Amino acid sequence: MIRVQTEDFDVGAELAALSTDDHSIGGVTSFVGYVRDLAGSASVSAMTLEHYPGMTEKMLGDIEAEAQRRWPLAASLIIHRYGRLVPGDRIVLVACASAHRQASFEACNFLIDWLKTKAPFWKQEQTPDGPRWVDARAGDDIAARRWQPPESSS
Amino acid sequence: MKLLYFAWLRTRTGVGEEEIERPEGVETVQDLVEWLRKRGPEFAEAFANMKVVRAAVNQTYVQLEHPLAEGDEIAFFPPVTGG
Repeated sequence: MIRVQTEDFDVGAELAALSTDDHSIGGVTSFVGYVRDLAGSASVSAMTLEHYPGMTEKMLGDIEAEAQRRWPLAASLIIHRYGRLVPGDRIVLVACASAHRQASFEACNFLIDWLKTKAPFWKQEQTPDGPRWVDARAGDDIAARRWQPPESSS
Repeated sequence: MKLLYFAWLRTRTGVGEEEIERPEGVETVQDLVEWLRKRGPEFAEAFANMKVVRAAVNQTYVQLEHPLAEGDEIAFFPPVTGG
């Protein structure tokens, strides 16, 4: 399931809902991303997340479908917020449920790595020097690349 | 066709969204980029280095050689930074 929204989410309630009706589930792995108060050496007072309505949902759906194809998942969930957020706010929740822990750990890792390099979101930080668009990190590309099947790596 | 600009491509060009008629001779995304660069200094600067610009046609990532058709939705944006 995919949700793109401005409002906050309740992690406990979301994880409970993911596994309530399916007792074949042996474990749920989740990742929650937060707004930090520091970017390099600059302090961040707020952050605005912009996205591409339509393409965002399409890309998140594609990424989730790819995870479902690669791992035996009973359920999966991606919630991503946009709009103005402040340090300590939740940005993203990724969760995967499976019969066994290894599939849920790996799929969760995969989802956040691919989301960070493919889903059309952009962060603008408010710093003492004014607003600043966050640059993409090479480390995120490297993290995403480890999930490419060997035959399609280029 | 519909053009969309996100993040610093929007703030530098001053345009978020616009409808244009496909200009004469514009057959690919690369042609469109070259046409946009001639529009003025803001566009020339925003599209100066295509290594830091991604393009999507009809909400799918494409390379610059991708052909364009009437009615396409073409988006330009920097590498993504969500999550």
